[in-house]
Amino acid sequence: MELKDKLLSSFLAFEENVDMNSDIHEIRSQAIKDFEEMGFPTKKQEAWKYTSLNKVLKHDYTVFPKKEDTIEYRDVEKYFIDDIDTYKIVFIDGIYSSHLSATTHEKIDACLMSSALNSSKYKPIIDNYFNTVAPKESLTSLNTAFSREGAFINIPKNTMADKPIQVINFSTGNESALMVQPRNLVVVGENSHVQIIERHQSLTDHPVLTNSVTEIYADKRAIVDYYKIQNDNHSASLIDNTFIEQHRESFCSVHTFSFGGNLTRNNLNFYQKGERIDSTLKGITVIGGKQHVDHNTLVHHIEPNCESHQDYKGVFAEASTGVFNGKIIVNKEAQKTNAFQSNNNILLDDKATINSKPQLEIFADDVKCSHGCTIGQLDDDALFYLRSRGIPLKEARALLMYAFANNVLESVKIPELKARITKIIAQKLGVNVGYSL
Amino acid sequence: MLKIKNLHAKVEGLKILKGINLEINAGEVHAIMGPNGSGKSTLSSVIAGKEEYEVTRGEIIFEGEELTEFDAEERAHKGVFLSFQYPVEIPGVTVTNFMRTVINANRKAKGLEDMPANEMLKKIREKSELLEIDRKFLSRSLNEGFSGGEKKRNEIFQMAMLEPKLSILDETDSGLDIDALRIVANGVNKLKRPDNATLVITHYQRLLDYIIPDFVHVMLDGKIVKSGGKELAYELEEKGYDWIKEEVGA
Repeated sequence: MELKDKLLSSFLAFEENVDMNSDIHEIRSQAIKDFEEMGFPTKKQEAWKYTSLNKVLKHDYTVFPKKEDTIEYRDVEKYFIDDIDTYKIVFIDGIYSSHLSATTHEKIDACLMSSALNSSKYKPIIDNYFNTVAPKESLTSLNTAFSREGAFINIPKNTMADKPIQVINFSTGNESALMVQPRNLVVVGENSHVQIIERHQSLTDHPVLTNSVTEIYADKRAIVDYYKIQNDNHSASLIDNTFIEQHRESFCSVHTFSFGGNLTRNNLNFYQKGERIDSTLKGITVIGGKQHVDHNTLVHHIEPNCESHQDYKGVFAEASTGVFNGKIIVNKEAQKTNAFQSNNNILLDDKATINSKPQLEIFADDVKCSHGCTIGQLDDDALFYLRSRGIPLKEARALLMYAFANNVLESVKIPELKARITKIIAQKLGVNVGYSL
Repeated sequence: MLKIKNLHAKVEGLKILKGINLEINAGEVHAIMGPNGSGKSTLSSVIAGKEEYEVTRGEIIFEGEELTEFDAEERAHKGVFLSFQYPVEIPGVTVTNFMRTVINANRKAKGLEDMPANEMLKKIREKSELLEIDRKFLSRSLNEGFSGGEKKRNEIFQMAMLEPKLSILDETDSGLDIDALRIVANGVNKLKRPDNATLVITHYQRLLDYIIPDFVHVMLDGKIVKSGGKELAYELEEKGYDWIKEEVGA
């Protein structure tokens, strides 16, 4: 059976097994209809021109894992940022793992979507924000239809989350092929601040497909820093749909570190609904083999006097492929917009490919928008400099690639995370890390 | 230590070096002076092993071995050091970590283990004092946002750390104010030993007030056309290069 049919036919069974909150039931029912109509995206659609889901969709995925699995913390410790104190919301095959998690309801809520969906306490928040930021798109609708579990993060107004929150999704090898659809909601109140680190990690060589949706609502003057670590193993594919609605004078940043996985698609959309908003989108991609990473970004400038900064860097080895499709829309009313976009790439081998496409739709006349894209090789003079110091060619190349990608890390505000990412990049590139960089 | 015989080299198809002859012995300081475009910097890059520069004729013998047989990194392992006119910026790699990488790469080439951390730190402290480099500087990204003087000082710091047999200083005085020049020259002089040699490449005589050469060579159009003692540098400073051009009929 095709995956689409399988999903459609399992929807009723799914609904029987979840607690009925009538409002959510309606949203889900509508979403499955929308998905049925739209189906999975194909290369015929402009936004999917360079990324085909065909191969990924052909596996016979289990959509509701039956068996629950447990993992010992010591076996997965390395996937956590464990040298700082954090809240942790951890899932195994889509099911909440209480023994790996450290949630809270004290000053902030860092807990489960399933409990938020079913508790009267959170009903106003769910009613106000759930499925309000995400647009009606096929993969998002699919996720909405099956939304049951994920992270629920609620930061009341005038509150600083006292520590970062890690959201980690593990998949085990219990099923021969597994599809999971985490659904996260992050609501950050006026003047509040939160830092979130998200990771999807497969612990098996079996195919895993994750279709994740994260909605983030940033109220006035809120500050949200979101970090995505994508360093999964080669049998795991990820479609990450993240939607951010920002209000007046809020600052939101999303850093996406893509080093692993089979196929990775990042749909990252920012909607600026207020004045003096700042949005930052940064990414480092370092891949090889036949890996594929696609960054599909949208920044929609709706109100005047806002800024957006996009900086994506990629290093592509062997037959890996990259896509950067960055869309900026500036509404007629959004005067004095500053929108910057830059995408720089290094191709290491003849078979490596990058498709880089900026799309600017500007309807206001008093704006500053810039975009730049480079695709190149390593600088010969720089290589000579390093080699003349006695550094062998291979290490010299790695060191230069590291330096190339590095400035994206400057805006990472959690030092321990920065150190970890630095280490992963250095390892990926084969830079000797006999010391802490 | 270094014997260059009838060296010819091309850069992007253009003949730049047209028969260089030069001999440098241990313990000596040589200076090559010449106007812009005479091939001075090309000569230094050719000795250090820049791949894009093609040696078409002649030889470069270093301690009895033909250098052109070796890659840039192998020449470094043998003790050739080039202080760059335009050092490259490496964001995200601190001066200290770069030095560790460099020192250990050279040790590895010699079959030695990594230098123990405490020994490394001691050496870095010792050599940075020589160049009057403060601690904060060592934790900055290599050459990133460095002033001209800081870049050059950092080059000589690397030279001090590596203790090469032959050091080539390519336009090390360019972009230096008088204080930085004094510090850099002072560092170079303190590193001078009977078993190493220095080749100073410069446009101006100014640096040679501080680093006193044993021999001065004048380079014009890819050849060394005149050699002499340090007094030749003063003569050039005073009279420019035109009289030499006339003298050699160039």
